[in-house]
Amino acid sequence: MTQDAPPPLLKLRDIRKSFGTLDVLKGIDLEVAPGEVVSIIGASGSGKSTFLRSINAIEPADKGRMDFEGWTFDFDRDSRFFPTDRQLQALRSRIGMVFQSYNLWPHKTVLQNVIHAPMGVLGQSRAEATEVADALLDRIGLYDKRDASPMRLSGGQQQRVAIARALAMKPRLMLFDEVTSALDPELVNEVLQLMASLADEGMTMLLVTHEMSFARDVSSRVLFFDQGEIGEQGPPSKVLRAPESPRLQQFLHSILHDDLRTATAKKGPTL
Amino acid sequence: MSEFTHDVLVYGPGFLSAAWTVLWLTLVTIAVSWIFGLAAALGQRSDMRAVRSVAAFYVWFIRGTPALIQIFIIYFGMPQVGVRLSPYTAGVLALAINSGAYVTEIIRSGLSAIPAGQTESSLALGFSPRETMRTVILPQVFRIILPSITNEALSTLKNTSLLSTITVVELTLYAQTLISATFRPFDFYIAVAVIYLVLTTILTQLAAFFERRYARLY
Repeated sequence: MTQDAPPPLLKLRDIRKSFGTLDVLKGIDLEVAPGEVVSIIGASGSGKSTFLRSINAIEPADKGRMDFEGWTFDFDRDSRFFPTDRQLQALRSRIGMVFQSYNLWPHKTVLQNVIHAPMGVLGQSRAEATEVADALLDRIGLYDKRDASPMRLSGGQQQRVAIARALAMKPRLMLFDEVTSALDPELVNEVLQLMASLADEGMTMLLVTHEMSFARDVSSRVLFFDQGEIGEQGPPSKVLRAPESPRLQQFLHSILHDDLRTATAKKGPTL
Repeated sequence: MSEFTHDVLVYGPGFLSAAWTVLWLTLVTIAVSWIFGLAAALGQRSDMRAVRSVAAFYVWFIRGTPALIQIFIIYFGMPQVGVRLSPYTAGVLALAINSGAYVTEIIRSGLSAIPAGQTESSLALGFSPRETMRTVILPQVFRIILPSITNEALSTLKNTSLLSTITVVELTLYAQTLISATFRPFDFYIAVAVIYLVLTTILTQLAAFFERRYARLY
């Protein structure tokens, strides 16, 4: 109940999740203010993707509370705040999500991909949805591909369409799950630039990423996930430049080492 | 007048009407079998154990017993328990139940070929699981399974000849009637085979047309 700061857009309390006997999330607390860009880094298996997927309940948490835009949910099955299916659908329609593998629908054109949810979920007319979609496609520079199959686009183009598809719902929060990990190196930038421009416009964003320079330059906060917990967090200047815990130091070292190795292999100065 | 011309004029109309019977029996059966197959394929993925069990039993029982016996159970067996159906109704029902089990397996394989990400991206936008299935998954499944579903439709068409055993006057029974009157089994069975061939060719061409149409969308 802070009085000076704006109320958080998203508030998570003690989010827990396990697969069988494996505890993937061990009680995550997080508040995200409107306009904040939060990068989540960590080794694979640290629970960062699972955490992101629990926020829009694509993979619902086993336990924990969530406040978002006036909704209060408790993911404990016995709670009276346990979300109904309809509530989850409404929640998801307000939260955009972009995946590593784009997940565009191959049986629809680029334009149809973008207008499908605004028409089917929000009940917009085709004309209304198309107007919004055309503006978005124009913005991402793919207006001329609107009637093409997404399968004919490059990975970077597909990912930009996937972002446009999410934006067409006018979400209050965007989740990005390693959205550049499947891309060829030369296609990464076009996607990162689009994301950076969204951040500039004040979009609230949570992203799981391996792009350390992007996390450093664009995010307001960096979370280091370590074995299902937030190991360390703070502004990028602190977390990435002056890590405190040995585990984060080790993680950053291995990432940096990877980058150097790649740079050497490509014989190009990338750092 | 040659003998062939004579035969065509005398027996042609009867064959035509029998062929028409085969065609509509097949089309109705296919439509009903898709409903059964879709219901059972979705049933196999149900959250409810009982529903999954019923779907599994259906496929197991039908694939493990001869179609002819299934037809006999429905036409000759059911009256004993008070359900009397016309040969045509019993025939369509039996063939649809039979084909539906194979359609179930075809749809199941199609569903498993769609990456989970297709469902996830639809759910993430706020669609319900039902809407996701209807607008995102099934259209893709249909395209994948079109060749197998065509095969199954051909089987159904040919299986209508089994209905000759329960007095449905389709091609096979009509030919048998003529043969017992004329003692010309070679002529008439060849004629029947040719007509089946024409019907299956039409069906194959129809499927090929749809396949081309769907291929263009990609």
